[in-house]
Parts: sequence; structure tokens; C-alpha cells
Amino acid sequence: MSVAVSSKNKGNYVPSKIKESTSYKVFKVFNAILLTIICIATLYPFLYLVAQSFSSESAIIKGQVSIFPVDFNIVTYKSVFAKGDFQRYYLNTVIYAVIGTIGSLFTSSILAYPLSKPHLRLNKFFGPFIIFTMYFGGGMIPNYVLINKLGIRNTMAAFILPGLIGTYYVLLMRSFFANVPTELEEAGEIDGLSKFGVFFKIVLPLSKPIMATMTLFYMSGYWSNWFTAFLYLDDREKWPVAYYLRQIIIGTSTSANPGAANAETMQIAANIKSCCMVLMAVPIICVYPFIQKYFVQGMMLGGVKE
Amino acid sequence: MKKEQTLKSKKAKQEPLLRHIKRNWHLYAFLVIPIVYYVIFRYIPMFGNIIAFRKYRAGSSIFGDEWSGLKYFKQFMADQSFWRAFKNTLFLNVSYLLIRFPATLIFALLLNEIRCLPWKKFVQTVSYLPHFISMVIVAGMVKELLSTNGPINSLLAAMGKDTIPFISIPEWFPTIFVGSGIWQGLGWGTILYLAAIAGISPSLYEAATVDGANRFKRVWHITLPCILPTITTLLILDIGGLVGSGGAFEKVFLLYNPMTYETSDIVSTYVYRMGVGSGNYSYATAVGLFEGIINLALLMTANIISRKTTESGLW
Repeated sequence: MSVAVSSKNKGNYVPSKIKESTSYKVFKVFNAILLTIICIATLYPFLYLVAQSFSSESAIIKGQVSIFPVDFNIVTYKSVFAKGDFQRYYLNTVIYAVIGTIGSLFTSSILAYPLSKPHLRLNKFFGPFIIFTMYFGGGMIPNYVLINKLGIRNTMAAFILPGLIGTYYVLLMRSFFANVPTELEEAGEIDGLSKFGVFFKIVLPLSKPIMATMTLFYMSGYWSNWFTAFLYLDDREKWPVAYYLRQIIIGTSTSANPGAANAETMQIAANIKSCCMVLMAVPIICVYPFIQKYFVQGMMLGGVKE
Repeated sequence: MKKEQTLKSKKAKQEPLLRHIKRNWHLYAFLVIPIVYYVIFRYIPMFGNIIAFRKYRAGSSIFGDEWSGLKYFKQFMADQSFWRAFKNTLFLNVSYLLIRFPATLIFALLLNEIRCLPWKKFVQTVSYLPHFISMVIVAGMVKELLSTNGPINSLLAAMGKDTIPFISIPEWFPTIFVGSGIWQGLGWGTILYLAAIAGISPSLYEAATVDGANRFKRVWHITLPCILPTITTLLILDIGGLVGSGGAFEKVFLLYNPMTYETSDIVSTYVYRMGVGSGNYSYATAVGLFEGIINLALLMTANIISRKTTESGLW
């Protein structure tokens, strides 16, 4: 890592290495401007949603809202919270995300751990066995038929099981586990731990970066998932909030009279939509920066190669 | 000690399989639940593709009732809507790849040039964020931003131009698709490049600096060649997905409507409408299987080409 020249000794600037060429200075300015524009463009849609959710409906219809709320009010939030069904969907999402993530972390790690042991001879079979599913699989319909046949349609299992183990995530975990020093595992065994004990008491605690990364990946996956619910959860009581959002954003097209459906869709005001979107995005936005520091460690060791 | 270990591993190799399993049963026990999961939720649906060749009725076995040969394949091959979906899938994916691939690479190189660490971390945090946002919210944002009273149309109106109902005009769909994809994926796409760049030995740069290479030359002659394996691997994976839906399905499904089918309907949304929507399971499976096989073939071809030219590949 090169020595960083901090801005405070700008006065007597000592060039640490070679002098910066003019073209490089021009490049630096250009780079800073470009990256700032990218940041603004990335954040703007979020700001717009937040502004809308705090604005009055008439201001939105007139197209007056751009970055700041117009006619600031929290009526929309109050009305959304007052509606029992929104709370119900939100609670469902939390339940699905927590149970699903725990299940995913457990099954993925107990799969990745043995796969990371080169001396296990059957890995020659099991490795390709799981990797192949990344490149080829049953399409949408065979999966749909399977879930219906298993009789788990309209249950939490139908929402969680199809995406329980992500093969790519397993491979990332495998590379991470492979780098845990075997000496530590052996020491644990000498101290009387069983193989299970070694995994749960030594390997897992040493794998905090990858486990944190996987928690975020799996959890945001369950949090965001609307399509599985769309396919398998008919009962409104069981909907996650993502599916409810889909219904209010797209509008239900199942109505016998398309005109009526359109009118119904129109009635869901933009500020209610954005309010629900903000409420759904907030947990992810809050949790993610804390886990971000683990990404690089988690992803770097994994690399891209299988 | 070392000798003893090699001796031991040699012995392990000669050891009969059953004894090997017995000795390592703890580790193999870990595998039982996940492997059962893969059999049920990955391999049964994979073999469930057989209903593309067999008649499936509601309530019949998961593998269909009776053989129907290539009937369903012939049917969709003759269907104009299938070819429209196929063409759209290819067009959307290729245009997205052509823009996204160089964009992420350049963005990664630019990020890597930032010397001020807090600023670098801020840009990374902001640009990764959309990756974790549900597609429902992304689609909702797109609809709000592009609605007739949204900010973009307000801007157009302020400039004295007519407002445009973007979401219902077929010509705009590819732009919306690619644009929202870049918005969501640009930052996240850099993460593997940045990891690869971080793995480059600093001594290479120091040597080049001593030899008088300026920053641009160092990027061109050191950074890029060193991350070439990463670039190829990602490109292979992308090519393998050119006909597939990947993440495209959700977005298209949320943003398309009958008015824009002409440019927006892709193979997987077509499969959805035919299968789940209208109950033609066998027909829809045949279409899905066709897509899956083309993808596998593309992936393998790209891998072979890459193995021959750059000596790096997926396998």
C-alpha cells in the first residue's frame, strides 16, 4: 500500500513518489466528477421515493415533487401503519426471512464444509454433482409441478425450500472453509472435540466474514422474493410484503373486467406506493453497510472460479 | 513427520472405499441433508423436463402420462410468438451485455484509482446498494420515475416538449431494461474485479514505476493482464446466459404489458404465460428445456474458446 498523502500537509507537499503529470491531474478531476455523478444517479431514485412518500397526493399528480417533499406530511405513513394487512405482510416477511436464512446458512455450511476437505474421496462425485445444477436445471414448469406434487403449496415451505441452498454461495463458503488452518481443527480434535464439535466450535466461529456475507445474501434474497409467493401462496394471510408491493405496483390483472382493474390500480396513490417501498427497503439499507466490510474478505477468497 | 504424512495419504488412497467412508463418516454425515435436498429440489425437476416429451395433465405423475415425442417442440417452433420472445431475449441480453461489460470494467478501474479511502468506501457502498434492493422496488421506481407526472416527464415538459408514456411504448422498453440494469448492477459488477485487482502483487507496480511506466501504462500493462482470467470467466458466464432469463425474468415480468410485448416478451415470460398461466405444462416445459440446452451449449462453446485462447476457463 502506498503512503497516503493526507490533505493536511498540503502546505509543504512532499511528493512521495514521482511527480504527478498534468494529464493524471486532469484524469483525477474527471474521475471525481464522474464518480460523483454515478453516486447521485444511484441515490436519486431512493430520494425521490422518500420525497413522494412524505408529499401530498395532489403535489405528486401535478408533478411538483422532485427531490424534496412538497406539502410535507406523515399521513400516508400513518394510514399504511393503521392498515392491519400491511402489518401482517410485513410480519410474514420477517418470519420468512429469519427462518429461511437460518435454514439456508445451516444447510449451506454443512454442505460446504465436507466439500472443502480434499481428502474426502467422494467429493470427486459430490462437487460436480452440485456444480452441474448451476449450469442446467429444471425450468420454471417442472419446479412448479414439483411443489404442487409435494403438497406444500400455500405453506411457508413452498416459499423457503425452492431457494434454500444457493450453489454459488456454497462454493464461496467452500473456498473460505478450505483456508481455515487445519492445525486448529486438529488441535480441537486432540482436545476431545468430535468432528461435529470442531465444525461448530472452531470452524464456524473463525468464518465470521463469510457467514456475515452469506447472512446478508440469503436474507436479502428472502426479503426481496415476491415471485415464489406469486406462484405458490394463494392465501393473502401468507403473503410477504414484496408480493403485496407487486400487487399494488402492477395492479391485479385477474379481475374479470380490465377497466375496473385499471380504475382500482389508479386508486392506489403514488404516495402509498412509495411509502410501502420505503418501508420495505429500509431494513436492507440499514443492515447492509455494516456487513459490507466483510464482502471483500468473503468474496476475495472465493474468487470467481468454481 | 512429513514422510509419515505422505505415507498416510498413500495408504488412504489404497484404502477400500467402505473403510474410507467409515473412517470419515462424520464428514459424510454432514452431506446427507444437503444431498437429499439437491436430489429433490434440483435433480427431480431436472428430470421433470421429460414432460416436454410426454403428455402432462393436471393430476398426473410428475413425469407425465404418455409419450408424445417431439410434438410440443414442433408446435412451438411453428409459433410466431415463440420466435418473437426468442429474438427479444437475445436482443435484450446482448445489448445489456455490450453496455454493462465494459462499463463495469471501467468503473472498477476508476474506483481503483481513488486514493482517498473514505471516499472510495462511500462510492462502493452507494453503488453496491441497488443490488440488494428487491426487483419489485426497482420496478416500482422505474414506473414512478417514468410516469407521466414523474420527474423525467416534468423535465421534458419544462423544456417545452411533449410528455412520453415510456412504459407503454415498445420502442422504449430495451432502453428501460438496459438502463435499470446498469443502475442496479454497475457497482456490484465491480466487486470481483476489485477483489482480483487487490490480489495483484504490489512489487509488479513498483518495478514498473522504476522502469518509468506512468499510471495509464501500469493499468494497461499490469492491472488488465493480471485480471484477464477474471474477465474471461465472467464473460463466459455472461455468454452462457445470453439466451437465458437469469435476472431478466423478474424485471421483464414486472415491467412489461401487452402493449409492449412486441419488444419486451422474453422466453421465460412466454413460458410462464403458456405454462402457469394457461396450463399447457408440456408445451411450456419444451420451450424452457430448449432455452436451457441452448444456454448450456453456449456456455460450453465459450469455455472451449476461452481455454484455447487464454488458457483459463470455468472447468
